[in-house]
Amino acid sequence: MRTRRAVLIGGATTAGALVVGYALWPSHLLEDADTLDAKPGERFLSNWIKLADDDTVTIVIPHCDMGTGIYTALSQMAADEMDADWSKVRAEAAPAEKEFANGPLIEAFALNGTEVPSFLKGMAASTFRMLAANVSIPGAGYVPQITGGSSAVRGTGVFGMRVAGAAVREMLIKAAAARLSANPAEFHTEASRVIHKSGESFRYGELAREAAAYTPSGNPPLKERSQFKLIGQPLQRFDIPDKVDGVNKYGIDTRLPDMWYGAIRVAPVFGGKLVSVSDAPVSRNRGIKKVVKLDDAVVVLADRFWRARAAADSLQPIFDTGGNGNVTSDSLRARHLAALKSGDIKSDMTVGDGADALKNGKLIERLYNVPYLAHAPMEPVNATALYKNDGTLEVWAGTQDGLGARAFCAEAAGLPMEKVTFHLRPSGGAFGRRLPGQWNFLTYAVKAALQCQGTPVKLIFTREQDMQHDFYRPNVTSRFKAAVDADGMPIAWVNDYTTDDTANPQAHIVYGVPHQAYGAVKVATHIPTGPWRSVEASWHGFFIESFVDELAHAAGKDPLSYRQALLKDKPRHLGTLTMAADKAAWGTQMPPNMARGIALVECFDTIVAHVVEAEVADDGTVKVHRVVSAADCGYAVNPDGFKAQIEGAIVFALSAALHGQITIDQGAVVQQNFPDYDMVRLAEAPDIEVYVHESDARLGGAGEPGTPPLAPALTNAIFAATGIRIRDLPVDNVRLGKAARQQASL
Amino acid sequence: MTVHLIVNGVAHDLDVEPDAPLLWVIRDELGLTGTKFGCGIAACGACTVMVDGEPLRSCSAPVSTVEGTQITTIEGLSANGLTPLQQAWIDHQVPQCGYCQSGMIMAVSALLAKNPHPSDGDLKSAITNICRCGTYPRIRAAVASLAKA
Repeated sequence: MRTRRAVLIGGATTAGALVVGYALWPSHLLEDADTLDAKPGERFLSNWIKLADDDTVTIVIPHCDMGTGIYTALSQMAADEMDADWSKVRAEAAPAEKEFANGPLIEAFALNGTEVPSFLKGMAASTFRMLAANVSIPGAGYVPQITGGSSAVRGTGVFGMRVAGAAVREMLIKAAAARLSANPAEFHTEASRVIHKSGESFRYGELAREAAAYTPSGNPPLKERSQFKLIGQPLQRFDIPDKVDGVNKYGIDTRLPDMWYGAIRVAPVFGGKLVSVSDAPVSRNRGIKKVVKLDDAVVVLADRFWRARAAADSLQPIFDTGGNGNVTSDSLRARHLAALKSGDIKSDMTVGDGADALKNGKLIERLYNVPYLAHAPMEPVNATALYKNDGTLEVWAGTQDGLGARAFCAEAAGLPMEKVTFHLRPSGGAFGRRLPGQWNFLTYAVKAALQCQGTPVKLIFTREQDMQHDFYRPNVTSRFKAAVDADGMPIAWVNDYTTDDTANPQAHIVYGVPHQAYGAVKVATHIPTGPWRSVEASWHGFFIESFVDELAHAAGKDPLSYRQALLKDKPRHLGTLTMAADKAAWGTQMPPNMARGIALVECFDTIVAHVVEAEVADDGTVKVHRVVSAADCGYAVNPDGFKAQIEGAIVFALSAALHGQITIDQGAVVQQNFPDYDMVRLAEAPDIEVYVHESDARLGGAGEPGTPPLAPALTNAIFAATGIRIRDLPVDNVRLGKAARQQASL
Repeated sequence: MTVHLIVNGVAHDLDVEPDAPLLWVIRDELGLTGTKFGCGIAACGACTVMVDGEPLRSCSAPVSTVEGTQITTIEGLSANGLTPLQQAWIDHQVPQCGYCQSGMIMAVSALLAKNPHPSDGDLKSAITNICRCGTYPRIRAAVASLAKA
């Protein structure tokens, strides 16, 4: 899954304005959409936009709400192009139907350049057929309604919402022009009204029915940035009021009449199978309905969750280990080191003379490592499934792809797609955990429901089951070799790393080094892995920004000016880095035991630089006082929402950098819950300042790019404060007290 | 066995085991789903409710231990409209996914009831709830705006 996502969403492409609308529906699909999702008095005028007689504009969002504010940002984009009155605009989740797939938008964005991909050009109907074909083949790897890759605003927003909004505006003008038998050029729009040059005007709502008779243009003119009224405004999020009074309903809040609750025990060792389990110890407990034995798990169903959980805890299932019962974190580490010494490294990319240039300067070699990490969203994974007596299946859950989840549930149940309904719920955090490829909670809920026809089953992973049966940010080891010239500047940069997958361009540096070479070696393990907020950038960012910092110190140079010198041909990167440094007053005196560290990472088309101010007490305790961040995403559609994402990413990354590690013993995950997989809380959370470095680059992502630079900025600060270089996360594992510093300085 | 609970001012006689966790009784018996399950071991605070004005992590509290008390959940907090704290949460755009915020708001509400003008340090030492989205800077800003008021 990670590879596919990287290919689709993560590809670096050139900047450029784009005016396309090939994904707009022809009218018969709008009729389908009306049937599926329009209420009385409203109709679809274009993809994603419904207009009601009373002027209400509803933006139908083909993404999940996992907390990133995209329902509001995407609505701003559509409503701005539409010239809608913001007070009349609301957003709702698109149904898990192929008419509402976002696949073509993300594909368009990934294939972006300056022209429409030929296979889509002018062919909305063929787009539709392509989707229909893919959706009806579960497991084909196509992700039709995905929320991930920091792609909502820059994909769906740019290629869908803006175009759809502009097309609707054109249709409304045509309707007004027809009424007055006037030339459409004589009209303008403002605050949900079409206004003729004579002064006569119409509400959008009163034109809606007539406007719907026109076919949306695939290529309407879009606004210039200077014409935006809603884009660029820090508008309040639609979803927040329901998140302060307990009203927002997540998957785990699904309640159905006579529902059974499920608690699960999955084979502790990944790939292990259930050998046997006796339900005798619990079968007479109050409320127990059924003990469901699955291939690799046992599920206890009861009339209340606490009864199911207590019974599941008291069972003594016997699982086998699938031959992996001896694997430990140490044995995995040995595998990574052996792989990097083997001849199996596959060359990924070479610049200039590559590794041959290592002989041209002084050699510096370093090795880094990052651990497995769990996602640990606050809402443990769960799903509710009802296999009805008529043979259809209905499922409720928070996932990062509603339509894909529907196809997945259909496959798990052995049912055709049309017999499955999927109700996408808001996610209580996701961070990649709810992306395709990681839907064990759907599998188990559906399999359990199939054995309870007619009764809804809500399966909730306990925190322990969630933490021990995640799809982890992989453990990765990375080796660097650099040759530096007499000034300490790099001539050659050679990086070989382990991977659970394939080589990834996120390893490629933005710095101007004339000779570069990259290689990757796959290390197969039985540990399931998956995308974790910022994916490959989360490890390559740490490795690269640690190593470049080491080169700067080895050269006796300031880490900021060293980077600036290597970025002289990269104005956006240079500007972003310098902005963060300036805002943090880089170079000014710090109190004893305190220091600054800096790091810069570009991912998902956004460049982020963090300056971390860290204190390391005499006893080695690390305290991050402040993080100053600059980010270039082109421009922020909702600046407050964008800043919130960078703030959140900083805290998320700080938890991981300080405390985060999933370790393996006897083939299974050791950590169980927050005490041994701890998080930054209020007392540890730093002051955070975020600045947007505006540029004319095409829009970049918001949700993920704040994550990767935090860990290296922190460990770079710790080095500056203590002289101790942390090359293996998390920070908690490293002694940083006075004694350790003296040892390090010897 | 009947357990008597008073939740948001309403008395309930419930046929549940005395050791049933308060969280699940609130969610599954009473249908009040605003109170969330996060860890099950009182480590994260997502399940925080108020019991006689004190914050309590309901996932690890047997119902029998809170009989005869006044229990307030997030639904009861805003029964008469949003509290100033909830409004401050909106004004500062605090929530992201929102899942931890019921517990966060209950914990901070309990603090403010005792200490209407908490310093940043008071807040940091009193509130140990986990937010995975990292909304802490905004929580601090929202509380600071109330503490000044």
